[in-house]
Amino acid sequence: MVSVCSPAEALAHVQPGDTVMVGGFGLVGAPLTLIAALLEADGARDLTIVSNNLGEPGRGLGKLLPARRVRKAIGSYFTSNREVVEAHLRGEIEVELLPQGTLAESIRAGGAGIGAFYVRTGAGTLLAEGKEERIIDGERYLLQFPLKGDVALIRAHKADKLGNLAYLKTARNFNPDMATAAKTVIAEVDEIVEVGELSPEEIATPHLFVDHLVRSEGVSA
Amino acid sequence: MSSSVSVAIAKRVAAHLTDGEIVNLGIGIPTLVADHLPDGVDVVLQTENGMLGVGPTPTDDAIDPNLVNAGKLPVSELPGASYFASSASFGMIRGAHVDTAILGALQLDGQGRIANWSIPGKPILGVGGAMDLLVGARRVIAATTHLAKDGSQKIVAETAFPLTADRPVDLIVTEHATFAVRDGGLVLIDVAEGSSVEWIEENTGAAFTVALESAAGAPQEAVR
Repeated sequence: MVSVCSPAEALAHVQPGDTVMVGGFGLVGAPLTLIAALLEADGARDLTIVSNNLGEPGRGLGKLLPARRVRKAIGSYFTSNREVVEAHLRGEIEVELLPQGTLAESIRAGGAGIGAFYVRTGAGTLLAEGKEERIIDGERYLLQFPLKGDVALIRAHKADKLGNLAYLKTARNFNPDMATAAKTVIAEVDEIVEVGELSPEEIATPHLFVDHLVRSEGVSA
Repeated sequence: MSSSVSVAIAKRVAAHLTDGEIVNLGIGIPTLVADHLPDGVDVVLQTENGMLGVGPTPTDDAIDPNLVNAGKLPVSELPGASYFASSASFGMIRGAHVDTAILGALQLDGQGRIANWSIPGKPILGVGGAMDLLVGARRVIAATTHLAKDGSQKIVAETAFPLTADRPVDLIVTEHATFAVRDGGLVLIDVAEGSSVEWIEENTGAAFTVALESAAGAPQEAVR
């Protein structure tokens, strides 16, 4: 059963060393209220963050880095936050770079009970290093294991009181995939409506995936 | 990025698109292609952050912060547009449902393979969707200036930068030249107005053969 709670109550679920998935493509569709609360959470230390980007310098997830909360970042594009690149070059954080589609599919697989999958992307490149390769129908494929989170912080537009979620436009991005792939799923939403007010057709994340709802406090990046 | 050279490249790329294609545009020069389609050619734009049916840049008062393209720039929604999750978006891409991907390049090698995601020693730590597009799009067009900003050659026998995929692109379009990639090598198929085969030979580090095609309706842009 979903609970409606404050950002601080929700983030109390985060433990040191946790893997935290965070939705968003850059700052679009990123749960900025939850990210701000994560900075204040006692347990938010030594984290592995799974997110396409690590925000921008001092914005969004970029706030976690100067606060030294991140041990490892798994994502596809960190160039937009120079601080991540610099911290990595100084050896302060570990970075695992995945092609964006492999990142998304790893999360999907993590939530869908898939043990691993083979993917063409990255074969024959530097990102294939250390990965098992297999020829299928004459083409090179890489073995990729799924990603799972202890906690997922996601952003949706509307929720109903059961926890069904509807998204807005390209703010959807990684959020529905991450909603399936973590033990505890916390959704930041603009509005919480009565059950029945969302059309069944517009619900992109059914409520069984969602544990906690937090109202967005309109935190800007 | 909308210098006259970038626009000239975008127009030369646009001439290779056909009506109704599903097209994914990379960041930089490729983004300009949508604004320079030939008359009678309408394509459907897919953006890997989860949208099909991307419309033009909105006016300032119509900007929606939840509606951006893969370059994180504001876009609009055309009738028939749809939104989907990242995993579905890359399923479309890897699954060969996108007809043409247009990508920028740091370098290309003599086999038409592209390097566009990493420069050793530079603080660049991102691959985004480039590898997925190269693997999955039915056709890939590289859109790039012929030379780098420092004047060095970008089309070289072997790239100094790591490759983005083992699959070659299908077409390389610069402000001077268009190369088709055939049988593992480059074929010069078009020389831009104001350029010459001699200039292209002097400024291309990879071997190529010449088999000029009449540019069927392709607008020839003068190089300035």
